[in-house]
Amino acid sequence: MLPRFWRKIKYRYNLVGTYCENCGTYYYPPRNLCPKCRRKSRIKEVQLSGKGKVISYSVVHDAPENFKMMKPYVVALIQLDEGPVITSQLVCKPEEVKIGMRVKAVFRKYGEEGESGIIYYGTKFVPDEKIG
Amino acid sequence: MVGIVSYGTYIPKFRIKVEEIARIWGENAETIKNGLGILQKSVPDFDEDTATIAVEAGREAVRRARIDPKEIGAVYVGSESHPYAVKPTATIVGEALGVGNEYFAADLEFACKAGTAGIQICMGLVKAGMIKYGLAIGADTSQSRPGDALEYSAAAGGAAVVIGNDGVIAEIEGTYSFTSDTPDFWRREGQPYPSHGGRFTGIPAYFRHITSAAKGLMEELGLKPSDFSYAVFHQPNGKFPVRVAKMLGFSTEQIKQGLVVSHIGNTYSGSSLLGLCAVLDEAKPGDRILLVSFGSGAGSDAFSLIVTDEIDDFERTPKVWDKVMSGEFIDYGLYVKLRRKIKFG
Repeated sequence: MLPRFWRKIKYRYNLVGTYCENCGTYYYPPRNLCPKCRRKSRIKEVQLSGKGKVISYSVVHDAPENFKMMKPYVVALIQLDEGPVITSQLVCKPEEVKIGMRVKAVFRKYGEEGESGIIYYGTKFVPDEKIG
Repeated sequence: MVGIVSYGTYIPKFRIKVEEIARIWGENAETIKNGLGILQKSVPDFDEDTATIAVEAGREAVRRARIDPKEIGAVYVGSESHPYAVKPTATIVGEALGVGNEYFAADLEFACKAGTAGIQICMGLVKAGMIKYGLAIGADTSQSRPGDALEYSAAAGGAAVVIGNDGVIAEIEGTYSFTSDTPDFWRREGQPYPSHGGRFTGIPAYFRHITSAAKGLMEELGLKPSDFSYAVFHQPNGKFPVRVAKMLGFSTEQIKQGLVVSHIGNTYSGSSLLGLCAVLDEAKPGDRILLVSFGSGAGSDAFSLIVTDEIDDFERTPKVWDKVMSGEFIDYGLYVKLRRKIKFG
């Protein structure tokens, strides 16, 4: 578990995806090869904006152990402005979520390995509302 | 010219009112509100802690600085609620901010003044030419024993400042610290909640250290209270900073803008820095600002800052006061769940 998480830190803390310079497509999670361009693909790592919109969502009522204290919570399919669609927890009340709503990436805790284990951090989303 | 290049803040969105806490413990809310000068406090969400608060404040600071995060040569995170007892918060922040791998880093702890201690370390490194920019953060999700007086004030929030020589929005013209071994507030290893000396936290601790540091700095720089447009003192409650301002000869006008405690509570390491950031939100070129933190145990760091012309081109929205005044109220039941005060046995 430890090395598996450690390897992904870069991509979980920040939305670091890939971009194919041949066809202009963004990918998250990152890909080594562009599935459209195959051997013509020219892949480079890019930092995605973290802004996007909800294209669909589910409200989870029967939660896994690490998420029980947060139920009911929202898991959404979020289309980033660059194009990739990712699945993420959306931190808001189930009644607040709407398809099409603007969201932005934030840094939150994913969970922890009990009281003495490691704490996992990463990207989640919140409604992108202007304050004030 | 060493000074603040940028700043960022974060306050969790939940709030709990003094009335709600007093309702549970059978206390008189009006007496507490009058006694503490606090109406409500901020509460972190279940998936927020000092690391997430530090990252969010740090991200805002780096974005507004418009610098390459790799130019940051030092990351210091001050807190008394680091998520790990052993394993730095600073590395989590450095990674999330994309600072790279070549940077000085450590976690600091000095009760509520660890954030300003980080500023002093960064100042030294910048002045010595060892780094271009340093990031100093004060962030906390402070703990309080259920039913204790602290429960009305112990809140969550943080502020991050980028210190450097380049593009300075507020020059630090001087800093001065006053430190003594005064056990007014402490938490022993392995204990979930801190203990405090009650009224002992006042005269021999807060007031002695803040007045000594403020006077020491003003004497060193040849300044008097009327030379400052604003003053910010550590705000464990709404009463102490008002009283210490009066003792030192500062007016209510000078401290009003930076006094955010009434609506978010005491954010510990974030407290005086959030006040400073609220002042920087409104400050004009030429304004002089006094900042004096206080950390139990005990010590105070005093700073005199002069706002530069650069502030006119600096992005200052969303403002600290907008973050302070927004939020969503929760009840005591949800509060104890979010703060993990429920024991499952």
